[in-house]
Amino acid sequence: MMIYKNYISVLYIDLSSKKISVKHRQDLCEYLGGVGVASKLLEENIKPQLHPLDENQPIIFAIGAASSIFPVITKTVAMFYSPLTMELGESYAGGRMAMTLLFAGYDAVVITGKSKKPTYLTIKSNNIAFKDARALWGLCTDETGRIIRERESGEGKRSILRIGPAGENLSSFANVCVDTYRHFGRLGLGALFGSKNLKAIVTIGDQSIQIENFKEYFKVYKEIYKKVTETKLMKKYHDLGTSVNVLPMNKIGSFPTRNLTENHFEYAENISGEKFAQKNLIRKMACTSCPVGCIHIGQFRREFDEGYEFESVNVAYDYELIFALGSYLGINTTDAILELIEKVEQMGFDAISTGVVLGWATESYKKGLITNDHTIIPLKYGHVKNYIKAVEYMAANTNEFYKILSKGSYKASQKYGGMDFAVQFAGNETPGYHTGYGSIVGHTVGARHSHLCNAGYSIDQSMEEFDKEKLIEMIFYEERERCILNSLIICLFARKVYDKNTILLALNTIGYNLTENDLTTIADKIYKTKLKIKKMLKFDLKNIKLPKRIFQTPSANGKIDENLAYELINLYNKKLEAYLNTDL
Amino acid sequence: MAKIIKADGMNKCIGCYSCMLSCSCINYKHHSLEKSAIKIKTSGGLSGKFTSTVCVACKDERACLESCPSKALEKRSGGGVILNEEVCIGCKKCVSACIVGAISFDEESKKPIICKHCGICTKFCPHACLRMEEVDDDL
Repeated sequence: MMIYKNYISVLYIDLSSKKISVKHRQDLCEYLGGVGVASKLLEENIKPQLHPLDENQPIIFAIGAASSIFPVITKTVAMFYSPLTMELGESYAGGRMAMTLLFAGYDAVVITGKSKKPTYLTIKSNNIAFKDARALWGLCTDETGRIIRERESGEGKRSILRIGPAGENLSSFANVCVDTYRHFGRLGLGALFGSKNLKAIVTIGDQSIQIENFKEYFKVYKEIYKKVTETKLMKKYHDLGTSVNVLPMNKIGSFPTRNLTENHFEYAENISGEKFAQKNLIRKMACTSCPVGCIHIGQFRREFDEGYEFESVNVAYDYELIFALGSYLGINTTDAILELIEKVEQMGFDAISTGVVLGWATESYKKGLITNDHTIIPLKYGHVKNYIKAVEYMAANTNEFYKILSKGSYKASQKYGGMDFAVQFAGNETPGYHTGYGSIVGHTVGARHSHLCNAGYSIDQSMEEFDKEKLIEMIFYEERERCILNSLIICLFARKVYDKNTILLALNTIGYNLTENDLTTIADKIYKTKLKIKKMLKFDLKNIKLPKRIFQTPSANGKIDENLAYELINLYNKKLEAYLNTDL
Repeated sequence: MAKIIKADGMNKCIGCYSCMLSCSCINYKHHSLEKSAIKIKTSGGLSGKFTSTVCVACKDERACLESCPSKALEKRSGGGVILNEEVCIGCKKCVSACIVGAISFDEESKKPIICKHCGICTKFCPHACLRMEEVDDDL
């Protein structure tokens, strides 16, 4: 059940017929909320026999079982058929979306069909509207946001999702920008928007929800708020932010550099979180209902003309962006990284995939697999101006090469070669943690091949003595635990705040009646649903081929043995097969 | 000594909305943005600054009180007013009388939402944007 209700409120929108319906689904309550409800809705609506970008494929959004009414429970999940990995697509965004959907009265949204002409949606408690977006088609993400902001009501209590040219042109790693600084980043949700002629969605939260057990609720709220703001648990996320990781990851040799030909960057000091804070940081922001404020905004100055003509540009930065659009491309100043981030933002690409794809292209260019005939301009590590052009070419599908490049490093290397150094896991480009077996196995077996699935990189750093069985157990445990966090949907940065007891305390003051056992049962249900969808889409861990590069460049835990990596993946696969055969 | 809210640290605001959620939670027993007496907005999208709109605790002459035809508003010591809901007829005159825009209208209860300077929002402001200031009792 959702907050004070015994049903999940699902809004169905069909873009082809412009019809909507709302269903109150009691049967979905056993999936709790968030990723649980979204997985079930994806399973019901996905068309495995059709291409991910077929108009009949669904886009599912869901908020969680305790969205926005406790601190740091800020995320909305999107689930879809990923055009990048050709299997389970699952992505999370912060910003204001969760709160606005909560106050609009929808726990989940299912969008199917395709609009004849570019359109944008407004979602309110008492009105869903299909609006003309023809004039917005082709515009970058910030201009789209500005125009919609000025046209629509609900200032301060709305969320604006939009795609850029990358999504319109169906790049497999196009993202969806949420409220300027957050994103459904990974796995290509932006391409699904594009394939449906859906440029943007505005959600407006204009209703209130009466509190049923005020005293108990407020007591728990206060406790959690205190834990978040007065202990050290969340401090690093506010202070320097995730970019605090640049120097430590570099020091231990886990900081992918120049297409992972190296595991540390000689200019790391120049692009560290500390350096960004000194030179560029101008403000910090938060998702609604999060008192931490981890969003770090950096400013750089751009000379747009001769005669001392300057503009100042503000963009959000994080560890992942500094690695992908910094060290991975040999870019060694904070200003240059921010300038590249800005272009990636405006075009509407996932930042991690963009950096890794360009890393592959740079090495392919160096090795002569591709030439100026393909790239139009030379691609060389550190040459940020050319990378900025390449991002534009990719977004616009300027030629055949850039069109294929915009489908991801796996597809590009299938066509042009260089598969060994296209650093992707099951099609998803690598995140910035080359820590050891935990990261490699974690990314591979993770339901969505992200570092956030099970934090294998963290296990690498905490495990004192390498132990195969233990590693597999820990990855599995974490993968399953996160199904609970993601059904509330708690920001994973707050995973240490929300231990099981705290989760139960919170849920049981807002109308749930759950035990620890119930949480485990729900986690199993969710994880198995995700695994079933992957199976339905013919995903098989046995077919995974890992890029040689990850075995050539040493990790923080030394060289990774290829055979052992496959052995571990095989072990995990066996564990999953046994797990799937146990009763629900 | 009476106390009033001062929102003079808004340059530090991170936009977490904890103030609004705690206000409507404590004063209206609702999870709500609508029912909060303090309103946080952005000026020009998220790249603009956050602003807050809240009662500025007028002293001496109070436009909202003057506009009220049913005498539902009385002077609050230290500034601002206290709403007597039972006498309020929901005419919204106070809403337009406040040129700060600090009074909103609750369409559910048909009563204005008026800050009583209870200070709960300042307790849930993680970044010291809001504070309570002691002022002379003027009544």
